[in-house]
Amino acid sequence: MTTTIRLNPRAAMASVFALVLSLPAMAETEPETTDPIVINGGEIELPTAVPAPDHLEGAFDQVYSGWLFRDSETQAMQLDDFENPGMIFVDQGIDDWNTIEGEAGKSCASCHEGIESMKGVRAVMPKVNAEGELWSMEDYINDCRTNRMQAEALDWNGDRMKNMTAAISVQSRGMPMDVAIDGPAKPYWEQGKEMYYTRYGQLELACANCHEDHYGDWIRADHLSQGMTNGFPVYRLKQAALVSQHNRFRGCIRDTRGETFAMGSDEFRALELYVASRGNGLPVEGVSVRH
Amino acid sequence: MPRHAISAALALLSGLAFAMPLAAETAPQDVSFAEDGLIEAPLSETAGDPENGAAIYADKTSGNCVACHAISDRTDAEFQGTIGPALDGAGDRWSEAQLRGIVADAKRTFPDSMMPGFYKSSGYIRPGDAFTGEAGSEPLPPLLTAQQVEDVIAYLATLKE
Ligand code: HEC
Ligand code: HEC
Repeated sequence: MTTTIRLNPRAAMASVFALVLSLPAMAETEPETTDPIVINGGEIELPTAVPAPDHLEGAFDQVYSGWLFRDSETQAMQLDDFENPGMIFVDQGIDDWNTIEGEAGKSCASCHEGIESMKGVRAVMPKVNAEGELWSMEDYINDCRTNRMQAEALDWNGDRMKNMTAAISVQSRGMPMDVAIDGPAKPYWEQGKEMYYTRYGQLELACANCHEDHYGDWIRADHLSQGMTNGFPVYRLKQAALVSQHNRFRGCIRDTRGETFAMGSDEFRALELYVASRGNGLPVEGVSVRH
Repeated sequence: MPRHAISAALALLSGLAFAMPLAAETAPQDVSFAEDGLIEAPLSETAGDPENGAAIYADKTSGNCVACHAISDRTDAEFQGTIGPALDGAGDRWSEAQLRGIVADAKRTFPDSMMPGFYKSSGYIRPGDAFTGEAGSEPLPPLLTAQQVEDVIAYLATLKE
């Protein structure tokens, strides 16, 4: 989608009504610039636009970071780790990483040593496990806690879980997203794709209506992005908290006046895989800052 | 129609409505759409009030049309959407029957349109209970009442170039 077509409805609609019916919906604006996100004075540079993965052929040429669609003040907060309000939660997650808990008398560090050992993990999540089930990072974390540490599972949307996913995500900052979509992942990916194009709720809106057909447009005061997940968990100013992917999906479906799925449900895991695959190639940004 | 003529007509109509029993309304499931998506018959007996319609158009909790559309003289609305076409001149382009069809269920006029159906109560995938995220059960209350739809149409009909 390199050309942008903006109909002048006044002139066009009445006379070429039949034509209008056959035109696909087009986003009004591509981002004006696609400058990289330069963090800590140049220490880290994250590209904000990369060629779309092959499976999006016909939909997108380029995929964009949600950062490009935010206002400059919000953008600026992600340029310095001291300004990024999400980083404090990364520190809390790292503290937890090193804390012994549970009957087995172990911490994460007892088995994995330094949290740098998690480098690369975020870029391939969600991922099919040895039993053939699709698991999100939260599932792998809870598996370690319950089976290896004999500690309690963390709440999917609880602060400790979000802190831990944030701390693990940052280890992969800058690595391109690269989730597997074939082999055992294929049926989950297909399920997620089906969901992405399903028009939920009383407003009958699919993810694709907003994030594929109308990214770059304004839905009242909200500037629509492509709905990418490479920045998660994000620090959301509106909520003044870290927000997980499933929580974001839940909000977007609720906004269609629809019945959402539960965080941690199989449906949201499948959707997570599909949405992640749309952003394959974009760098892990987590913890990003969004409005 | 110039504004004073509208108000004159309205004054007359509201006088009439006053004298009549409560206006009858057509329920969402009973609306009859012509083949090209238009609805000839008004959904309520009371004629639409364009001023009310203008308010509903911008009201976040009812029409919220402004989420997707812009109208150049609506400087009262702080943010206007760019998803759908600007509605300046909509009253020239469309008849009232067409506008009624578009507002009630736009997908019958524009297949696959992103625009929600505002006078529709069933046929949804995972219908919710308003914005709670919880399940709702069909028939859901339509997004606008019959009278609100008529009010919005009356407003759109005033949008002339
Ligand atoms: C009614 C429009 C609408 C629909 C439908 C919708 N979203 Fe969104 N979504 C938004 C808005 C508005 C935002 C906040 C601005 C932005 O980043 O686009 C958002 C943000 C997001 C983000 C965060 C992006 C970032 O960079 O932080 C993700 C991920 C997302 N949506 C995924 C989805 C998925 C998956 C679906 C379908 C289940 C969906 N959305 C359906 C409107 C919508
Ligand atoms: C979620 C987005 C959305 C909302 C909300 C919405 N519309 Fe639309 N509307 C559209 C789109 C998109 C079109 C273009 C038709 C198509 O889909 O091809 C449209 C078309 C129209 C048209 C014909 C356009 C023209 O200029 O010829 C009218 C009239 C209209 N809408 C009125 C309304 C009114 C009144 C409301 C609120 C009661 C409303 N719309 C709410 C998206 C929306």
